[in-house]
Amino acid sequence: MHARWSLLGIVLAAWPSAAAAQPPDAVAALRAELAELRRQYEESLARLERRVADIEAENAALREVAAATAPEPPVVAAPAPQTAPAGDAAMTSSYWNPAMSVIGNFIGVAGNAGDADPLPSAELSESEIALSAVVDPYARADLFLAFGEEGVEVEEGFVTLTALPANLLAKVGRMRAGFGKVNTLHFHSRPWPDQPLPVVNLLGGDEGWIGTGVSLAGLLPLPADTFSEATLQVFGGSSELFEATERSDLAYNLHYRVFRDLGDASNLDLGLSWAQGPNGVTASSDTRLWGLDATYRWKPLQRGLYRGTVLRGEVYRSRRDAPDAVQHALGWFTSADFQLARRWSTGARYEWSERADDETLHDSGPAVTLTFAPSDFLQLRGEVRRRDFAEGDTATELLLQLQFAIGAHGAHPF
Amino acid sequence: LLSVLALASVPSATGAAAATAKMRIVTTLQDLSSIAAAVGGDRVDTFALAKGYQDPHFVDAKPSFVLQLSRADLLIVAGLELEVGYLPPLVDQSRNAEIHPGARGYLDASRGCDVLQRPSGPVTRAMGDVHPQGNPHYWTDPANGRVIARAIAARLAELDPDGKAAYERGLAAFDSELDRKEKEWDQKLAPWFGTKVVSFHNSWPNFAKRFRLDVVGHIEPKPGIPPTPSHTLEIIQLIERERIPLILVEPYFDTKTPKYIAGKTGATVVTLYPSVGGTEEITDYFALFDVNVDALVAALEGRR
Repeated sequence: MHARWSLLGIVLAAWPSAAAAQPPDAVAALRAELAELRRQYEESLARLERRVADIEAENAALREVAAATAPEPPVVAAPAPQTAPAGDAAMTSSYWNPAMSVIGNFIGVAGNAGDADPLPSAELSESEIALSAVVDPYARADLFLAFGEEGVEVEEGFVTLTALPANLLAKVGRMRAGFGKVNTLHFHSRPWPDQPLPVVNLLGGDEGWIGTGVSLAGLLPLPADTFSEATLQVFGGSSELFEATERSDLAYNLHYRVFRDLGDASNLDLGLSWAQGPNGVTASSDTRLWGLDATYRWKPLQRGLYRGTVLRGEVYRSRRDAPDAVQHALGWFTSADFQLARRWSTGARYEWSERADDETLHDSGPAVTLTFAPSDFLQLRGEVRRRDFAEGDTATELLLQLQFAIGAHGAHPF
Repeated sequence: LLSVLALASVPSATGAAAATAKMRIVTTLQDLSSIAAAVGGDRVDTFALAKGYQDPHFVDAKPSFVLQLSRADLLIVAGLELEVGYLPPLVDQSRNAEIHPGARGYLDASRGCDVLQRPSGPVTRAMGDVHPQGNPHYWTDPANGRVIARAIAARLAELDPDGKAAYERGLAAFDSELDRKEKEWDQKLAPWFGTKVVSFHNSWPNFAKRFRLDVVGHIEPKPGIPPTPSHTLEIIQLIERERIPLILVEPYFDTKTPKYIAGKTGATVVTLYPSVGGTEEITDYFALFDVNVDALVAALEGRR
């Protein structure tokens, strides 16, 4: 086959130079002959193409049969192995390794912190190591270790039971509580380098509410393709948010989420939360929390790489029992984030929150962000924020954040 | 506790497929839905997560997709890590053990297909967003479409044995229509075999191999990295040096840089659709090639 092609090629390549030497009337004849030759050449080429295509299809079929009869590669873990295709002997052992990724989080801070606890000027804070793999046909496991300069802690570590009956999904272990929306997000999925004030003041501090226990989530059918999910979480009584005086004191969280597409380009995500747990002031005193969260997203799919808007808002209410007085504290934030170009996005936020243990004090302030993401794996973000604290002082700060992701490609946050 | 829950889940896994209604197929791409619909006919309902006009690498993991997946009998994915950014959490939340990787209701359409550009050496992200298992845009070769159709027919027959004959008929009809169409596409493109082109993203190795286009460069300096001035200049020089007539752009990329390059070089910008649904006319897998082949021919003839 090849010999014939190359022969034809040589003939065709040689032809024009030969033709140039002929007298003019012979040229026309030669041209005709050349055209005829070219036609034949193209015809046979097309025929050969077809044969090659047929053979390729046949080969593909054979490969398919071979693939179908060959043993399945071991667990095709959710984030598939990073390494070479199946059959590479040196790589077989890595199939059983969990998918691993590291998300680094460097923060630099400048400005006037007022009398508030100043953030360090530069810190590699809360970098995350994630390990995840499918355990067996019924479960997967995820472990998220948060590394700060001062040590390591388990941010989350849980098993998800994915094969339960009755549309249930269970998680067992340590996890971010499903209270509101922002509290469930890891730092790299949040649109800001910090936590909004209502999380800090009412949900236990900068890290938010993380509990250890069991979570059970069921789908509740609603008409017209509306997603609706109810989650019940039962955690041990002590965390950054709650404090148990006895082992039998537990913390509870109920979350109900409704999500609906408003067309291909936009959707609405609503959540209602209720939580209760011991606050440790007395043996029987507790704190109850109510929350409402709403997220509206707009992303024109065809221009999705370049444009998008996310509007968020959350309101929390905290009722903290204490022997002298019951504290009713309210907190909320609202934010808007816009993607401006493939690599650029910007956002604004306003936050206002009373303090859980003293309803007469409240902190508030605006913030704006600008984000530059050269790739999916690297992101630079600047935030200018002002916080007016209840004590009367004001902090105006610039937070610069650099995030990088290495290792297995994780899912994009939603 | 774990083992009790695990045991409790077993009956649901076996009972789910017993439905007498249509087979519910969820695919990640509209291309796969189109092929599944051609094979399955009126025995199946299909739903595609990604729209043909959006970048298939960047699909949002919307809870509404969880709902679709929770009801699915069969999930068909393109594989090769194309869906790594959104599918795993959706499948985990689907509560549908039948569609997890490794289960009968999970079909990786890339298996058995002719997949190109598998990196042979070490892979790092300095190369951009590379796919270590090969280029995932393989369905743009009709020969792979055939392989996918066969795999779908086989899997459907396994999940729904009563429909075996119907699926075989569907497959045969798909095959012969593809035969007829392939001759037509070949005939149209034959005069242009060997044409050199530049494409925005590296989406076309299979299409180019099948229809003898020569993709000599990409507007993205590396996969997933947007155009840079220095690389754009290199592409302009390449187009001028090699007299490249066409710049192929997927419908979801900004045409600013391609148009700028076209303005500098005289090359023609052609929107080529990687997927069914890329534009309204592309209603099925055959129309995908119809539209792309016609667009190529029209652009090339327009330059004569």
